[in-house]
Amino acid sequence: MTEVSISGKVILGLEGLGKIVSNLRREGYSVIAPVFEAGVMKLAEIESADDLPRGVRDQQEKGTYRAEQIEGERDLFKNNVSCFSYKSFLHDPHLCVFKAKKDENGFTIEKPEREEKRFAFFGIRSCDLTAMSKLDDVLLQGDYVDSAYDDRRKPVMNIAVNCTTSADTCFCASMNSGPRARANFDLALTEIIDDERHVFLCEVGSDEGAKLLCGVPFEDAPDEDDRAADVLIVAAAKMQMRSIDTSGIAELLQRVQTSHRFEEIAERCLACANCTMVCPTCFCTNIFDVTDLTGDNAERVRHWDSCFTLSYSQLHGGSVRQSVSARYRQFITHKLGTWHDQFGGIGCVGCGRCIAWCPTGIDITEEMAVFRQLAAP
Amino acid sequence: MQQRSTIAPNSFDALIPETARVTSVRKETVDTFTMDLDRGFRFEPGQFNMLYAFGAGEVPISISGDPADSSRLVHTIRSVGAVTKRLEALRPGDMLGVRGPYGEGWPMAKARGHDIVIVAGGIGLAPLRPVIYHALRHRDDYGNVVLLYGARSPEDMIFESELHRWRGRFDMGVKVIVDRAPSSWRTHVGVVTTLIPKVYFDPIDTIAMVCGPEVMMRFVVREFQNRGLTEDKIYVSMERNMKCAVGLCGHCQFGPEFICADGPVFRYDRVRDIIGIREI
Ligand SMILES: Cc1cc2nc3c(=O)[nH]c(=O)nc-3n(C[C@H](O)[C@H](O)[C@H](O)COP(=O)(O)OP(=O)(O)OC[C@H]3O[C@@H](n4cnc5c(N)ncnc54)[C@H](O)[C@@H]3O)c2cc1C
Ligand code: SF4
Ligand code: SF4
Repeated sequence: MTEVSISGKVILGLEGLGKIVSNLRREGYSVIAPVFEAGVMKLAEIESADDLPRGVRDQQEKGTYRAEQIEGERDLFKNNVSCFSYKSFLHDPHLCVFKAKKDENGFTIEKPEREEKRFAFFGIRSCDLTAMSKLDDVLLQGDYVDSAYDDRRKPVMNIAVNCTTSADTCFCASMNSGPRARANFDLALTEIIDDERHVFLCEVGSDEGAKLLCGVPFEDAPDEDDRAADVLIVAAAKMQMRSIDTSGIAELLQRVQTSHRFEEIAERCLACANCTMVCPTCFCTNIFDVTDLTGDNAERVRHWDSCFTLSYSQLHGGSVRQSVSARYRQFITHKLGTWHDQFGGIGCVGCGRCIAWCPTGIDITEEMAVFRQLAAP
Repeated sequence: MQQRSTIAPNSFDALIPETARVTSVRKETVDTFTMDLDRGFRFEPGQFNMLYAFGAGEVPISISGDPADSSRLVHTIRSVGAVTKRLEALRPGDMLGVRGPYGEGWPMAKARGHDIVIVAGGIGLAPLRPVIYHALRHRDDYGNVVLLYGARSPEDMIFESELHRWRGRFDMGVKVIVDRAPSSWRTHVGVVTTLIPKVYFDPIDTIAMVCGPEVMMRFVVREFQNRGLTEDKIYVSMERNMKCAVGLCGHCQFGPEFICADGPVFRYDRVRDIIGIREI
């Protein structure tokens, strides 16, 4: 590819999107995008921009997710977060840590080969971009680095999309993590549709992003288009019905740790761990041994884990967090409170997934509001 | 702007252990044993390793040996479940996996020039034995060195011959107590907290190091406070489930702390507000 140097924003069309996808694929990237399958928007590899679904509308509410494709609608991105997040691609749900093989001297330990993968996330939203940098804080910035995550994370290309609509579960505006992509992207697109045009305002976020525009037909963006995009993004923020007041939130949660409210929540919580599986920032893992039938080959595997399981806090005398109330407390106080002490900032990006995918409709924004009230002097 | 991660080139896959061989096994009590390994590295008193038993799993175990001896690793293990039972079955020549050392240990540097009062319950003496080795080796660096050790019964005491040896020294105070004992037992019966009023130390010039069950530690701290010792001079060693030991798996969280990295040893004022909360 030849160098393209761009300053400011440009306007491109559907053909341009197609070219960006093919440029990425030519560079060896798996292009991952939201696709409409079995009634949900899920993340999967696409071969061309034609695979991007048109006119999908999603409805997300407490314990509810519905998506449908509307005949005749042209838009690509007028919907919100996918059911699972991008963490599935970077922080493997299942990973072999090492293999051990018995031999006459004892056993030998072998590091497994791992296929190299380069992901481009096409259509990633601002909340998920922010979540990625939060996972970076956890897995890359400490004394020890999660090298499996690092291998996947380093080559990632992010082709972000600024949201022009919000689901009822979205509250990124109050978490300062959307709906506009502000960091961590290579390109950021805002979809603009009017009677004459279906175009994308494109902001370049990195040199690698600029290179992706090689061969893409584009024009410099006129100020009107920039303003039009702003209006759409601001409108998406204004649509949001939920929010969390984050002022003094860490100290506040510390004060309510022994509140009976946790027991009331526990009456509704099934400890199913759905919330932590769909959350883009939950990072906990369990590590255990699996042996084959001969007993000569052992594999140490790492799976996603959840603070909602009983075994998570197991000690030989029994688990520390026997009650579901203590497990919900661990979830919310970590996510919104102690994350500040550990990694700086808050552990929630307001994507709303935990609200939509909680089978009993437990809503983190609602619970937090109750705790704020309880803590009020 | 897109930020690319900048990982230090010396990063490594932190979860892969190295193999080591057992060189000797000594029985301490009916369920507790001390095991030497043919590998050694530098460690601080109070640090721990992850020990891997082939096909069974990996568990955090404190290093109970002499920090001045980096030719071998010594661990004292109570056999309570799947992995520790597998470790118990190992014999000299058998192999296991080891990685470490991990965590923040006891405040040996801070204790220099002060009295040290060690309070241990049961297996809790294992992570404190390196403190005793270190303090006795550098005896002039410290004031009084006192060990208060509690066990369920005389048969449940670990390091028994060393306890006798330490008790025979003029430069160290040792008191042991058991919950219950046969009539032939000629020293204290009761809980370890009751020993605290019985020993001499200067509360403004003392560092206390405490390891045992959580409830026991809380009562011990209270007793120290009654003697005028402030929270910033009391250290406790905490325990939670641990899978990675390098701050990545999330399991050992204790309020804002990761016990594997921020602990296991904590200055008491740092954990005071959370230690008493049920199921925290
Ligand atoms: C920092 C630290 C130092 C320790 N030092 C020692 C020591 O010197 N000697 C000693 O005998 N024991 C020590 N322990 C406790 C020891 O790790 C547990 O007894 C051991 O993990 C039990 O594993 P198991 O598989 O035999 O038991 P199971 O009951 O079968 O445990 C199943 C799993 O739960 C987890 N688990 C259970 N109990 C504990 C526990 N207490 N702490 C952490 N994870 C646990 C482990 O992942 C284990 O694999 C220490 C624990 C910690 C956190
Ligand atoms: S806690 Fe809920 S809203 Fe916040 S990032 Fe996780 S899934 Fe999204
Ligand atoms: S809060 Fe909801 S999703 Fe999370 S564990 Fe409880 S029932 Fe499951």
